[in-house]
Amino acid sequence: MTINQKSKPLLAVLAIVLLLLPFFIDALLGRGWVRIADFAMLYIMLALGLNIVVGYAGLLDLGYIAFFAVGAYCYALTGSPHLASAFPLLFPHGIHLSFWVVLPLAALLAGGFGVLLGAPTLRLRGDYLAIVTLGFGEIIRIFLNNLNAPLNLTNGPQGISRIDPVNVAGAPLNATQQILGVTLPSVHLYFYLFLAFTALVVFTSRRLEKSRIGRAWMAIREDEIAASAMGINTRNLKLLAFAMGAMFGGVSGALFAGFQGFVSPESFSLMESVMVLCMVVLGGMGNIAGVILGSVLLALLPEVLRHGVVPLQQALFGKMIIDPESLRMLLFGGALVVMMLYRPAGLLPSRVRRRELDTDEVAETV
Amino acid sequence: MNSISASPLLQFSSISKQFGGLSALSDVSLHIRRGEIYGLIGPNGAGKTTLFNVITGLYQASAGEFQFNGKNYQSCKPHVLARAGIARTFQNIRLFANLSALENVMIGRHVRTKTGVIGALLRNRAARHEERAIAERARELLDYVGITKPHQTLARHLSYGEQRRLEIARALATDPLLLALDEPAAGMNATETESLKTLLQTIRASGITVLLIEHDVKLIMVLCDRVAVLDYGKKIAEGIPDEVRRKPAVIAAYLGGSDD
Amino acid sequence: MEIFFQQIVNGLVQGSVYALVALGYTMVYGILGLINFAHGEVVMIGAMLALSSLNAMLGWGMPPLLALPLSLAFTMLGCMALGYGIERIAYRPLRHAPRLAPLITAIGVSIVLQNLAMMVWGRQYHAFPQMIANNTHTLAGAIINDVQIIIFITALAIMAGLMVVVHRTRLGRAMRAVAEDQHAAQLMGVDINRVISITFMLGSALAAVAGLMVSANYGLAHYYMGFLLGLKAFTAAVLGGIGNLRGAMLGGLLLGLIESLGAGYIGDLTGGFMGSNYQDVFAFFVLIAVLVLRPSGLLGERLAERA
Repeated sequence: MTINQKSKPLLAVLAIVLLLLPFFIDALLGRGWVRIADFAMLYIMLALGLNIVVGYAGLLDLGYIAFFAVGAYCYALTGSPHLASAFPLLFPHGIHLSFWVVLPLAALLAGGFGVLLGAPTLRLRGDYLAIVTLGFGEIIRIFLNNLNAPLNLTNGPQGISRIDPVNVAGAPLNATQQILGVTLPSVHLYFYLFLAFTALVVFTSRRLEKSRIGRAWMAIREDEIAASAMGINTRNLKLLAFAMGAMFGGVSGALFAGFQGFVSPESFSLMESVMVLCMVVLGGMGNIAGVILGSVLLALLPEVLRHGVVPLQQALFGKMIIDPESLRMLLFGGALVVMMLYRPAGLLPSRVRRRELDTDEVAETV
Repeated sequence: MNSISASPLLQFSSISKQFGGLSALSDVSLHIRRGEIYGLIGPNGAGKTTLFNVITGLYQASAGEFQFNGKNYQSCKPHVLARAGIARTFQNIRLFANLSALENVMIGRHVRTKTGVIGALLRNRAARHEERAIAERARELLDYVGITKPHQTLARHLSYGEQRRLEIARALATDPLLLALDEPAAGMNATETESLKTLLQTIRASGITVLLIEHDVKLIMVLCDRVAVLDYGKKIAEGIPDEVRRKPAVIAAYLGGSDD
Repeated sequence: MEIFFQQIVNGLVQGSVYALVALGYTMVYGILGLINFAHGEVVMIGAMLALSSLNAMLGWGMPPLLALPLSLAFTMLGCMALGYGIERIAYRPLRHAPRLAPLITAIGVSIVLQNLAMMVWGRQYHAFPQMIANNTHTLAGAIINDVQIIIFITALAIMAGLMVVVHRTRLGRAMRAVAEDQHAAQLMGVDINRVISITFMLGSALAAVAGLMVSANYGLAHYYMGFLLGLKAFTAAVLGGIGNLRGAMLGGLLLGLIESLGAGYIGDLTGGFMGSNYQDVFAFFVLIAVLVLRPSGLLGERLAERA
């Protein structure tokens, strides 16, 4: 196992801190920030999914958010009254499947889209994949925007609202619950739900990374020709990476829909794909801790800009010159360029390089 | 001995390869016997590396037949040929530069192991067992080729000679029947070349057939059981080194336009 | 039948603009083997610069026939400088880096350009000034106006000019040499960096013209227009065979036709299920279809998968 005896107490401390975190945030910064923390975890899951594709297998997916959208609309359609109002004859009461039934479906559907998109493009050079995924992300959005007529499948730009909350053990997470005498508001409940899923995603990433499959992905990333000469079926493994990443996206999408109770095409723009890519690149491609750091930093950035830059501009110039949204995108774009030029390995030094520093045999971890 | 093991390991019948209008290989026939060290020489641009790339599936032959271990391998992908038992190194080293030496060799075991996603996630007994065996075999191979640096060293931080050896270790990890080496001694000093020679002899003694492209004619002459000479995409001679060396066509080709 | 001819005319005009942009992708790809993701944004900046400079000059009371060429020259210079800068900052330092790196910087540059444009020109649509009496003519039942005729003819003339440059001049020879084999070209005394810079500048100049044409044709410009336009022009380049100049022109015109005929008839084809609001998805399906069926494109001989 990868967790050795020394790190066990550390892990326990980390777990306790994370479990108490929503209460600290609530007390120190206010409940709104717990919600921001919830979103940050959604981004961590998304970024770790993209990390499998970009970081491990070295494939640039620029439409990653489309898989998030697939997952989100999957739950939105099955868990809201929308189908009942759009097709009263077919679904007089809507579908209203349990979240826990839809979740694997959403993952499979997103993974299926990943395979459909990857199969024709993955045998070509990497840059084709980048551009096809870029187009795909946009196409999904066009369809979501326009599939409200003549059949109202997606409700168009208005989006789908009144999505059922996630239920855990019969208790809906959108209401305050009492557990063992502790009062837990909705954002706290979702915090724990997302924390569990994030832990699962981190665990999955780690296990994959240190496996035969993960090594094959990295071999493809490093040198595709050498990898295939070593007997790696590069096409299938790339497809696998692509599908795995897409599944992570689908899962986070379904969680997002349940949490928000509302989805609309606006949440799935190209800029969101770029933001997730930025999280991966900033933290360090292929490095789980780095990707988590990158996600947290960039998920907090808009809030920092909103609370810092706006008043600052007001104070300095008496008015707002740059709105925080475009400043954020400028920073993202600039960060992508600067990171690639000066620190391609990301903010956190990569696992391999760190490991190289200690001369111990690694494979103790096996 | 049954008929398969008596037949040549690799049989090339009238292989041609064209790039656009350019003929890189024309009508080359040769065979490599089991257990021998077979050398391939020729001036620059004679088509040695092209031939190599056809053997390892990187290029598809335009015409001709190619048999390996009793089976036909027309237009197969590299990974299929690797599975069939052909492993190679590259003229300009192609290691997985940002992975450790150990990981490089472990990746070579990919084709002979089978843990999938489920195994990776559950890390059940079979998966753990296989993973341990992979690492163990990889460490053995690193020692076997004589890499003394810590196994965690990144491939790109190894010395030039070590990188060449690491490529050989990685290729050996695929359990090949045929080990194809593209100029393994290029850029090596005399000591390094000498130890490479010993290594290749050890590898042959372990029962692996070796195909060697080399510029260093001296090395070819002492090491190889048989040699073929290519010039302008054609085979101009084949036989035991001493005979080949004396053929007028070979002498002409080498005096004609080469650095040796 | 009138609809048919009308869509042909619209398609050819739009296609000639795609062709100009596609040439920029294909030239850079031919020489560096790199997809210049930021190219679409150069077109957008071109449209914005053209619009602003035209409005300014017309505002000073300059006659349109003087303002137009001046503004075009200004726009071309601006875009050439931009193209040069993009190559120097985002691509040149990464020429020997892993493939992923320049793709990521290109995305970064696109985002920066888009948001800079939004800060300078705002989120609103900008109207293209009406300068000439835009007479319309009827041709086989299809309506075509002067602006469209000018766009089509200018585009063809520029493409012909580019072919002359590439095939008849020293510079063109150097470009072809670098595309064939960078190392050998360098040994023969070709200044590779210079050739690459010039290629980027040439492509950006075409993008500037295309930007002016798009905004003149639709009468509008917007900070987000570069993204889809770039995607479509890239599709055109792939359709024709990326790296092949004639292919880019053919692909551009063809894509324009496919798109416009598709948009004209999609309602009938799908029984009214999909309308012309799906126009933007055609290019994408063309791209996928080409990649599946013939990745080397219509005129391309180069392998899409280079070792």
